[in-house]
Amino acid sequence: MFVRGLKRKCFDGEEDIEGTLAGFKAIPSYNLQRQSLLDMSLVKLQLCHMLVEPNLCRSVLIANTVRQIQEEMTQDGTWQMINTQSTGQASLDRLVSTDILCRSSRDQAEGKHVPAYGTFSKDFESDQAQDSSETMSTAPSVQAPRNLQSNVWEMENPQENKGNFQKSLDQIFETLENKSPNSVEDLFSEVDNSYYDLDTMLTGMISNTKMGHCDSLETFSSPTNTASNSNCKSDLNDLDHIVEILVES
Amino acid sequence: LSTADIISTVEFNYSGDLLATGDKGGRVVIFQREQETKSRPISRGEYNVYSTFQSHEPEFDYLKSLEIEEKINKIRWLPQQNAAHFLLSTNDKTIKLWKISERDKRAEGYNLKDEDGRLREPFRVTELRVPTLKPMDLMVEASPRRTFANAHTYHINSISVNSDCATYLSADDLRINLWHLEVTNRSFNIVDIKPANMEELTEVITAAEFHPQHCNVFVYSSSKGTIRLCDMRSAALCDQHSKFFEEPEDPSSRSFFSEIISSISDVKFSHSGRYMMTRDYLSVKVWDLNMENRPVETYQVHEYLRSKLCSLYENDCIFDKFECCWNGSDSTIMTGSYNNFFRTFERNSRRDTTLEASRESSKPRAILKPRKVCTTGKRKKDEITVDSLDFNKKILHTAWHPTENIIAVAATNNLYLFQEKVN
Repeated sequence: MFVRGLKRKCFDGEEDIEGTLAGFKAIPSYNLQRQSLLDMSLVKLQLCHMLVEPNLCRSVLIANTVRQIQEEMTQDGTWQMINTQSTGQASLDRLVSTDILCRSSRDQAEGKHVPAYGTFSKDFESDQAQDSSETMSTAPSVQAPRNLQSNVWEMENPQENKGNFQKSLDQIFETLENKSPNSVEDLFSEVDNSYYDLDTMLTGMISNTKMGHCDSLETFSSPTNTASNSNCKSDLNDLDHIVEILVES
Repeated sequence: LSTADIISTVEFNYSGDLLATGDKGGRVVIFQREQETKSRPISRGEYNVYSTFQSHEPEFDYLKSLEIEEKINKIRWLPQQNAAHFLLSTNDKTIKLWKISERDKRAEGYNLKDEDGRLREPFRVTELRVPTLKPMDLMVEASPRRTFANAHTYHINSISVNSDCATYLSADDLRINLWHLEVTNRSFNIVDIKPANMEELTEVITAAEFHPQHCNVFVYSSSKGTIRLCDMRSAALCDQHSKFFEEPEDPSSRSFFSEIISSISDVKFSHSGRYMMTRDYLSVKVWDLNMENRPVETYQVHEYLRSKLCSLYENDCIFDKFECCWNGSDSTIMTGSYNNFFRTFERNSRRDTTLEASRESSKPRAILKPRKVCTTGKRKKDEITVDSLDFNKKILHTAWHPTENIIAVAATNNLYLFQEKVN
């Protein structure tokens, strides 16, 4: 039994990619460990919404862990804060909302939708998981996961949600854009076989997630017309390149 | 392995003659201790099946489009007041009161019906007779007497019968309700920690129990490792605690998992009522009710797991909820671990023992051999290394006979009963 995520090496831009991949035995940086813990937690929260009824205690504990990591990353300055426009949404300054993560009763429903980063990631991965999960609808649209998760999240207004979701995606893309190239690669360099295929809970979903990351990014980015997306496309091209190399190795 | 057979709760009754188990399939199985007789002295102390019944069925909540599991979360016996036995069993949403009664006689010689139950023709009744009671084979019947439903939005984790024998509490993740055993259409909410804005939710209730003697006092534990003691005389809604128990965190051992492993999975008062015991992921703590700032005793259950917390978080084992229990004299405490190991701690001598509940190591009448987990590099013979522990074999539920040294240990779908060997 070994700790997940410890087989990664810190990414050094000067080395060639193959050399980096070969160095899997080195101890990763604290940041990388923390990032992988954050990713793991977000995936766990995502999965918990797909089950019969989420275990509230578990959800709350995971959400608190995510908050803790985000707080620390904020203090470190590794977390980019984006203030929202006058859309009436909460800004990303507000950390992951337990409401969205842990809602379990209908009486929460006022259609409250807090587009925190955590929520986006989950929407993100849930759409990618559609092909693998038989409980999800197969249409690769923004609203597909709502059908399953609306019970838990009680999204009342699909149109509003779609709009919100697009804005949320914009925010993700801006975040990506603001990060240094190294950290963008770090973010997506988590897409690695050894990371994902050992946890039985994650196998079905993550093997698709790995492939789906870039595909879905392209799907989501196409309907919008903001400038940030064009920047994203160049990032995505770099990303494709990197993922191809990772996969080929 | 049928998942419906997984035992989810174990509880002795007040005399220890009956042992109830609940499982994931919603069934309750009650074992009864064999009476000591001259003809079969060896079977004294053996528990045999007494009654089996389906307590809860799976349900579907149409409003939320979610299934309600039939798994029995807790069973609590009522103190015996007549020939029948009563117990409360609960799943995530509904509590039921069951009456278990024996029938060993039946009436014969009815006037209006035949021996096989068919109605007799009225003109055939030529004389009146008094029915007589004849012995029959013992039949144990379980019948549901009360159903306490629709009072919990969240999942029920605890029920506790009050010492007044008339009321009981049920606790879910965010609320605790007080019931009267005779009244099913109403309960009183005595604790509510649901925030106005669910986005602010950071803490849930994990367990609750009434004090064994003071009928106005109960405690509840939280996912942040705190215990609150409440007095129902002070206010109708006990959101303000009377006492607040929390051990200050050791800053040197802080990690991202600190909060998760501090979450209390079980709280139990001692029989004396002077102490209470809490179980968190790695340890068991004994608290003196008069001292709120730290426990009086701390026992490490499986400290060797502290360096594996990340893996245990990944495979979700870190969320396993272990229970704990006291022996009758409060001198020893017991709790479960992984690899079908369970641990007992003698409070006075500080001696701890690790035992295993498995078919290989438990031949009937054989003495259990203590087990040891190897924490250093060199493994001795018979020791087991941390990496070879089976984390799917977890002992979450254990119970100790109220007066004797008999323990019940649930290992997944098997129930083990161990008795202290008397020479």
